[in-house]
Amino acid sequence: MVNKRNMTMVGMADMNLVKDPGALTTLGLGSCVGIALYDPGSKIAALAHCMLPEAAQIQKNSNAAKFVDTAIVQLVKDMEKLGALRRRIVAKLAGGAQMFAFDSSNESLRIGDRNVDAAMRVLKQMGIPVVSSDVRENYGRTVELFAADGSLVIKTIGKGVKTI
Amino acid sequence: MKSLNQIHIDILREIGNIGVGNAISSLSALLNAEMKMTVPEVKFLEFKEVGTILGGDEVLVFGILVQISGDINGMMMFLVKPESARALINSLMGGDSDDIHNFNEMEQSALQEIGNILCSSYLGALSGFINKTAKPTPPVVALDMATAILSVPAIEFGKMADGVLFIDTVIDTPSCASISGFFLLVPDMDSFNIILTSLGVM
Repeated sequence: MVNKRNMTMVGMADMNLVKDPGALTTLGLGSCVGIALYDPGSKIAALAHCMLPEAAQIQKNSNAAKFVDTAIVQLVKDMEKLGALRRRIVAKLAGGAQMFAFDSSNESLRIGDRNVDAAMRVLKQMGIPVVSSDVRENYGRTVELFAADGSLVIKTIGKGVKTI
Repeated sequence: MKSLNQIHIDILREIGNIGVGNAISSLSALLNAEMKMTVPEVKFLEFKEVGTILGGDEVLVFGILVQISGDINGMMMFLVKPESARALINSLMGGDSDDIHNFNEMEQSALQEIGNILCSSYLGALSGFINKTAKPTPPVVALDMATAILSVPAIEFGKMADGVLFIDTVIDTPSCASISGFFLLVPDMDSFNIILTSLGVM
């Protein structure tokens, strides 16, 4: 079993990947979306903590991990380099919450939804199935991704813990 | 303007000084208590590090958010830990509770009102300084993990920079422990240019 100390930390606008028996964690996903990719054959797990849907819409876009589209492409490449096969890779999503209860349709406050939509769209284009997700709603999430079996543990404040 | 550079940070710091000063005098008047603040400290943190500012990504914090509209558009947030939120609520409502886990509806709306006063007077100072309108919407409060709360302004900063600018301030009151809070002001790209032009920087 992997304990908290030897989990690889993924910060905001950051991404990383590990092989079994490693694990990855990212803390406090709010409107950002957590994208977990896993190849059960090679037991390689990858996790990104993305802030915005598309790199092309933003001028300051040198960090691929900041954006859903560039992060997914980069992570899949990195996984393949380590020995993963694209056709075996599956995805799980977490986060993309609307943290503040504004009833407006203001685009920047709907960013959580837009991040989730972008992740679904890009994964579909790449032929990677989304096997489970815990997204949207209005609360923060911490996630832990285990390379042994691809399980994604989701922790919240006051909304319990679940594994997807 | 392509990105946030040192000049912009210096300008936001100066605006922060003016804004926080005005916000604290309003709060002091509301609570009828003498309040002093330390000179605000401005910190620019990379996204990866934002959680550290409040002592950890998963620390429970209150975020009070207003949207700004007028000549200047964007958003503004005031962040406090539950201990400081409790001290502020006690000062406003005359209570002496030390519960930092449960906040009832009335206490949350008191906090919302405090956030309203702070953000409105901050924006009022900014608005007067650059002679442009910047009106806040009614504030909305959320209590959750620090990084999750911060994701909202961080994403706005993310559209123009690779980090977040915090204005850190400590408020001292004679009646209770010092209250520490953070302001985040995030003008959108166009508004940032308007602010810079008004200040003669561009």
